[in-house]
Amino acid sequence: MNTLRAYIKTFVLWELWQGLSITLRNLFRPSITVQYPEDKTPQSVRFRGLHALRRYPNGEERCIACKLCEAVCPALAITIESDVAADGTRRTTRYDIDLFKCIYCGFCEEACPVDAIVETRIHEYYMEKPGENIMTKDKLLAIGDKYDAMISADKAADARYR
Amino acid sequence: MGSLIPQFALDLWNGLPVELQTVVTHVFKIVIVLLPLILAVAFSTYFERKIIGYMQRRIGPNRVGPLGLGQPFADVIKLLIKEVVIPTRSNRFLFLIAPLLSLIPAFATWAVIPLNDTFVIADINAGLLYVLALTSLGVYGVILAGWATNSKYAFLGAMRSAAQIVAYEIAMGFALVGVLMAGGSLNLGDIVRAQEGGITSWFWLPLLPLFVVYFISGVAETNRAPFDVAEGESEIVAGFHVEYSGVAFALFFLAEYANMLLISALTSIFFLGGWASPFEGLTFLGDGSFLREPSLMWLCLKIAFFMFVFFWLRATFPRYRYDQIMRLGWKVFIPVTLVWIAVEALMAWLQVGPWAA
Repeated sequence: MNTLRAYIKTFVLWELWQGLSITLRNLFRPSITVQYPEDKTPQSVRFRGLHALRRYPNGEERCIACKLCEAVCPALAITIESDVAADGTRRTTRYDIDLFKCIYCGFCEEACPVDAIVETRIHEYYMEKPGENIMTKDKLLAIGDKYDAMISADKAADARYR
Repeated sequence: MGSLIPQFALDLWNGLPVELQTVVTHVFKIVIVLLPLILAVAFSTYFERKIIGYMQRRIGPNRVGPLGLGQPFADVIKLLIKEVVIPTRSNRFLFLIAPLLSLIPAFATWAVIPLNDTFVIADINAGLLYVLALTSLGVYGVILAGWATNSKYAFLGAMRSAAQIVAYEIAMGFALVGVLMAGGSLNLGDIVRAQEGGITSWFWLPLLPLFVVYFISGVAETNRAPFDVAEGESEIVAGFHVEYSGVAFALFFLAEYANMLLISALTSIFFLGGWASPFEGLTFLGDGSFLREPSLMWLCLKIAFFMFVFFWLRATFPRYRYDQIMRLGWKVFIPVTLVWIAVEALMAWLQVGPWAA
């Protein structure tokens, strides 16, 4: 009896009709496509994108060249050289992040005792020439200056969960 | 007519030899069939992407022109300005002739397709045989393309496709024998006329298994999903047309969609009453209602419906395994059609269905 039923089911293409009904039903359901450049999906304040070096409100660099980020970086993307600055503090003379090596894990940000290196939400960036993948200290500070408001707001929003 | 066309033009026309007049009228007829056909091919690529997109809850092309309607033209222009790369060790002549060999039969078959009660380019007696002959010719384009390319993937694709087309050709032919028995004529126009009398007297009802077998064989004939082993991306890249680019590739593309339109048109003509209206029997629509009149519109709607089914199948089913295709063709479709031809003979003997007269 069961074999007969299975035989009839095969012959009336039962399972094929089931499959077709699924696609037909989905034809009339709304699309879920996000039209990317015009529409964007919401982003978390913890989004880990392009890096930035921050300053204190008085303009002083936060980074104290402790090299914890360099030590914790699993991809060895960070290179730091330090020296004594004119005011006698320890400062970096070189702070490079190779964006091709970086895996955007956020460990540098976690390791930093003074919240100097952060990852911003910026994820739409590109390189045109070889070598542009190296984020130098100047470039990182510039990003920090430019997006200071956004970075501060994001850190403030996330602070209560830390 | 006299007011529409100036007298001197009429005089000029009548002055031409009769043979030339025939040639000119036929070329004109061919152009008015082919131009909409090519446009329909272009837009069916667009609708395919749209419909499959919506079935996958995407949007589909929407960047070129309003609603993305410029997409087919953008594609065509892109393909036209690309180089046709000819592989060094290929057979140059066959390589270039193959796309034409698959395109020409797809277009030539439209000569016998009646678009309404009066319009058909060539109203020949053995229209059905002509259709069978030309649809079989299409396989040469595929085989030659695969062979001339001198690539193992193209060759494998061509072999698969050839075996598949040959297998399904038989089931298709048997299904058409059933239509022939019911219609009593090889002329496509007469077959449609034999289906007169509303939706229930169309052949799809008495020939339901043949209808299904014919359409599925048609899908297999055109190498469309789920029977597209000829171009199985996961195994043999693009099958017989791997090495084709530019216009040559566009011709294969055109041939594939023209064949789909052709199969849709033939299925409508053989099983769904061609240009007849499905609402013929609904008297409450009024006497003069265009919904009850047989017209080209109905044929186009039926073709559009079958094109939709083509896209629907492609959006739904994964590709058949090769041995399953062969099993379906030889061990299921051919016996089913043979049995139904016997049943039809019985029906004819007992005077039921289309033979009730």
